[in-house]
Amino acid sequence: MLFIPIYSANHGPASCKISAMPAIAPPPSFLLDVRGLRFDRNDECVFGPLDFAVHSGEALLVTGGNGVGKTTLLRVLAGLLRAGEGELYWHGEPCTRLPAEGIAFVGHLAGHKADLGALDNLRFAAGLHGSRRGASPTSALASVGLAGYEDIPAGRLSAGQRKRLSLARLLLSPARLWLLDEPYANLDRDGITLVDRLLGKHLSEGGAALITTHGAYAAPPVQTRTLLLDAQARNAQSVDAENVGVESPNMESGA
Amino acid sequence: MSAPTLPRAAAAMLARDLRLAWRRRGDTLQPLLFAVLVVALFPLALGSERARLAMLAPGAIWVAALLASLQGLDALFRSDAEDGSLEQQLLAPVPLSLLLACRMFAHWLTGSLPLILVAPLLAQLLFLPDHLLAPLLLSLLVGTPLLVLVGSTVAALTVGLRRSGMLLPLLALPLYVPVLVFGAGSVMAAAQGQDWLGAVLLLAAGLVLALVLAPLAAAAAIRIALP
Repeated sequence: MLFIPIYSANHGPASCKISAMPAIAPPPSFLLDVRGLRFDRNDECVFGPLDFAVHSGEALLVTGGNGVGKTTLLRVLAGLLRAGEGELYWHGEPCTRLPAEGIAFVGHLAGHKADLGALDNLRFAAGLHGSRRGASPTSALASVGLAGYEDIPAGRLSAGQRKRLSLARLLLSPARLWLLDEPYANLDRDGITLVDRLLGKHLSEGGAALITTHGAYAAPPVQTRTLLLDAQARNAQSVDAENVGVESPNMESGA
Repeated sequence: MSAPTLPRAAAAMLARDLRLAWRRRGDTLQPLLFAVLVVALFPLALGSERARLAMLAPGAIWVAALLASLQGLDALFRSDAEDGSLEQQLLAPVPLSLLLACRMFAHWLTGSLPLILVAPLLAQLLFLPDHLLAPLLLSLLVGTPLLVLVGSTVAALTVGLRRSGMLLPLLALPLYVPVLVFGAGSVMAAAQGQDWLGAVLLLAAGLVLALVLAPLAAAAAIRIALP
């Protein structure tokens, strides 16, 4: 079964039976609205069709076992992979891919040059993606606890420190929507609270996030809903799309 | 908030690649040393007869420059693909082709320009007559960027392969042939007292074409190759 969170009443209507009715633009309070998104690899359905929405100030946890397509979903949304079918709405406007300046992606690969210093890596990221008002590479490094590591090449940092460097890149980025692939991996207890703190700050400023996690970690103490991808759902769906189940939302209201 | 503009992104890309080249200056100098060694092999193999070496000099230096330009080509995009920086470049709100053009320019600056600067010494090594130095340098100045542009496009095509090994040279060398023919040919023509500027102008025409098309083709290739 595929469990898709239904929107709570104050967030507008549920849009699960999209196929039955013509596409109606979602209310603009949705930062991202996804309808009927489906991805195939070698004629085999990896996930979908999925319907979900992300609001400003909210994190959507994408959970499920290994190999159900969590990372693929994030890569499709980032525009690194082309979706088979489906509609995307950004601020209520239909689009074929999400605007690059609106999303920040942190994947399994850190994206740092091992020979460059931590600060140089961040400066490059800021030049490439732009930077948030009031954020500087130095201050971003300090807020992820890497002050003093400015000139240390990224290759000499530990795995957890490299993860923190990726988080610093997020802090610099002007993007509203964060796409985080397993952000808690490789982090120590302090690092995990750091991710939660950065997420909380980002969401409180009107940002949003899609976070994949294999479920080993508790949900972060921010406004979250859960999108559970299930391996069996793929087979069920390829036979009969009506099998797509809608479960009550896993609303975790927190700090 | 500072919006990511084209000049800012291009400057950041160029600065990053030049800084990386400086950090790995041992690796960066390898193509130059390779070319110098290849040229130095000719007198050893052919003897030190002045006229014979002078006759072979343009071709030898051009072949050395061509082989040297293959060095480091395989890692040009692959190193970025492996550590995830290519992913971030794909996601940047600026055209990928612009970023790739910056990378190709940086690759030429660090790989080929030093060779052009050393070319007068190589010419001396092979007793190239002084009046042929200008055609040699000019043809290298126009021809080596063309080699880099064509070579990087092929490198972008092979970026999805785990290891390209000999595939990259096998694909790139046939495409290098026209550049070699006109590049070395212009110096040869000058040696025979013929008009040599025509061949260089043809190279320049090819360079203009490649400047426009190679970054676009490489960007398309990378979008397809990246899983």
